[in-house]
Amino acid sequence: MIGCALLVLGIAVALVLNALRDSIVFFSTPAMVAEKHIPAGKRFRLGGLVEPGSLQRGEHLAVSFKISDGSATLPVAYQGILPDLFREGQGVVAEGALDPAGVFKADTVLAKHDETYMPKEVADALKKQGHWKDDYGANAGKKSGDGGKSMQGASR
Amino acid sequence: MIAEAGHYALVLALGLALIQSIVPVIGAKLRDTALMQVARSTALAQLLFVGLSFLALVALHVTSDFSVANVYENSHSLKPLIYKITGVWGNHEGSMLLWVSILALFGGLVATFGNNLPLSLRAHVLAVQGWISTAFYLFILVTSNPFLRLANAPMEGRDLNPVLQDVGLAVHPPLLYLGYVGFSISFSFAVAALIEGRIDAAWARWVRPWTLMAWMFLTLGIAMGSYWAYYELGWGGWWFWDPVENASLMPWLAGTALLHSAVVMEKRNALKVWTILLAILTFSLSLLGTFLVRSGVLTSVHAFATDPTRGVFILLILCFFIGGSLTLYAWRASALKQGGLFAPISREGSLVLNNLLLTTACATVFVGTLYPLGLEVLTGERISVGAPFFNLTFAPLFVPLMLAMPFGPLLAWKRGDLLGAAQRLYAASGAALIAVAVLWAWVRGGSAFAPLAIGLAIFVIAGALTDLAERCMLFRVPLPISWRRARGLPRAAWGTVFAHAGVGVALIGIVCESTWNTELITTLKPNDVAKVAGYEMKLDDITQRQGPNFSELVTHFTVTSNGKTIGVMTPSKRNFTTRSASTTEAALLSRGPSQLYVSLGDAAANGGIAVRIYHKPMVLLIWFGPVLMAFGGLLSLTDRRLRVGAPKPAKTARALQPAE
Repeated sequence: MIGCALLVLGIAVALVLNALRDSIVFFSTPAMVAEKHIPAGKRFRLGGLVEPGSLQRGEHLAVSFKISDGSATLPVAYQGILPDLFREGQGVVAEGALDPAGVFKADTVLAKHDETYMPKEVADALKKQGHWKDDYGANAGKKSGDGGKSMQGASR
Repeated sequence: MIAEAGHYALVLALGLALIQSIVPVIGAKLRDTALMQVARSTALAQLLFVGLSFLALVALHVTSDFSVANVYENSHSLKPLIYKITGVWGNHEGSMLLWVSILALFGGLVATFGNNLPLSLRAHVLAVQGWISTAFYLFILVTSNPFLRLANAPMEGRDLNPVLQDVGLAVHPPLLYLGYVGFSISFSFAVAALIEGRIDAAWARWVRPWTLMAWMFLTLGIAMGSYWAYYELGWGGWWFWDPVENASLMPWLAGTALLHSAVVMEKRNALKVWTILLAILTFSLSLLGTFLVRSGVLTSVHAFATDPTRGVFILLILCFFIGGSLTLYAWRASALKQGGLFAPISREGSLVLNNLLLTTACATVFVGTLYPLGLEVLTGERISVGAPFFNLTFAPLFVPLMLAMPFGPLLAWKRGDLLGAAQRLYAASGAALIAVAVLWAWVRGGSAFAPLAIGLAIFVIAGALTDLAERCMLFRVPLPISWRRARGLPRAAWGTVFAHAGVGVALIGIVCESTWNTELITTLKPNDVAKVAGYEMKLDDITQRQGPNFSELVTHFTVTSNGKTIGVMTPSKRNFTTRSASTTEAALLSRGPSQLYVSLGDAAANGGIAVRIYHKPMVLLIWFGPVLMAFGGLLSLTDRRLRVGAPKPAKTARALQPAE
């Protein structure tokens, strides 16, 4: 019976390690993307501010916009419905991969519900790079609601 | 006035909790009946005062007293009454108050119904409850006082987060907390047993119903939360493997294991030490969940971030209770004698396997939830662990669990006959294989995954029914006798059947929804028709409407199937002015267990509107399964054996002898 227990645990550990290697997704800002030379096709989460004036809508719900972290910007392409509180100038996190042309093809876009807030990762990254301004949201990282999901996503 | 009274009642409750923490323990040490009896009265008085405090906060919200910070930040005078009430726990302070109120409720229940418990055990259990309440009262009073006044009372409140203005909030957190906090009782019993250094079958008989009750509420709470997310967030997902969801799933997995190991302990007096450990772990995971959700350490889709003092405070509570109880366990567990030997192939053996798989699955969720946190602390690297991780780890562990599930109830205690059990499952396996073959033919060489998974689900359901048929000797004795046997079966047996079948039902829903779900995202103008999964949906009109505290863009869809109108769907987009936030209100149309789901996107320039339409086959089974499980739990709970509680006096004398 102990053998059986060890077997199950062993399998579980193998599964966990294997899954951790293959399925975790890193978070980057546009500046970090440039630094790290992330290869095309590698999935990651891109966070930053939606650059004002960069949002363009195309046919069949195609949208493109730019995500900026103050020192670098990256074009993002997405097809589908953006979350309710997606706004230019606001914080956003997109998940997807770079295409060979260097455009970030997002399949999921997450935006925050409360206008005074931005995603914690984005706030931290901006602070770290010294681009944090108080008017980005005095309540960043402060409380939002309770019991519910305060970040909102759209996924293709 | 009301705010001050509520605050004062909370302070009084803290005082009572302190007395309850100390006096009964001294009483048990001195074998002083009067001192031990104090636990009962303080537990009831504590319930009274924390209840008053909670009612005071409800009253403040209902009367929109914006001089109280908590009301100002989370309410609005135009908000409908039901959301004024549910808004009480729709924020950090209020939900913590609900947490301790439910804790006091459980303490009160033990005090009321614990008459047939040995006096010293009851005193210890309630004292441990007192420790937990003391910690959380202090937490609320020091860091999260809901009764704080504002110097200058504003005229209007800031309104509740719009996503939370939904009936889901009325039901989900209270159910979840009844589950989370309910496990505190099994924890207190475990710690009390360790303090007393003895444990026996009567102990398990006491712990089981409390665990069962907590488990039942937690099951419903998680299912309700999942359904809420499904219809409220507007993109049709029902489980996100979000850390906050995982925080409730971990105690559920450990609690399910505890439920099963307590059976072994009650019936066979075996697995004692393990059951105690599970009871401690389950509540520790509940506390961990509270920490994760309340401290804001997680970057979560839920993002509950609050200030760090709270986080540090809960972390201290966490360390004290988890560290303390595990230390006590390490120190005292050897004093508990193991009993009841059994062969590996036996009912006990199968329950051990169940525990092994459930706790391992729980551990993988634990790793997936906390690994990003640990990595960030250590290296500063930010990662997210999402669905792919859990699909690769959690799912493979659940397959053997579900394969083994029908065998367990068919094996005898002590020494079972695996071959015999397998033979009795011929019919169930046959049904599963037929299902796989039919589905395989139907999908015509598509992915083999869905037919196999549904076959597994059918096997689990048919296996549960086989157990029932075996017990009433269906087809082996005349039908009326079978019927009589079925009616005479203990309700706990029926409970097992329902709960196990519920797992299978939920799996069918999960597999069908994720495999055959159809999605259409498009832009529609009035009178356009969208075709999804054989349904035709005509957009009739787009109109504006004014709600109490929001304005709303409403669309009407007429749904027809084969030329027949089957319903009208009215998805909308609400704009809440106070918070300048908007929400998407999806419209749902149920066809049997399947659903059509429509939610709105942005209005397009040409007078059209972006819509997202899903057809989700069998989706309702995902939540019907957990409801069946909880119903099974309820049946077990009403079993005469558990209702009566501790064994009859004649047996008690023998059963309560110290195990040393």
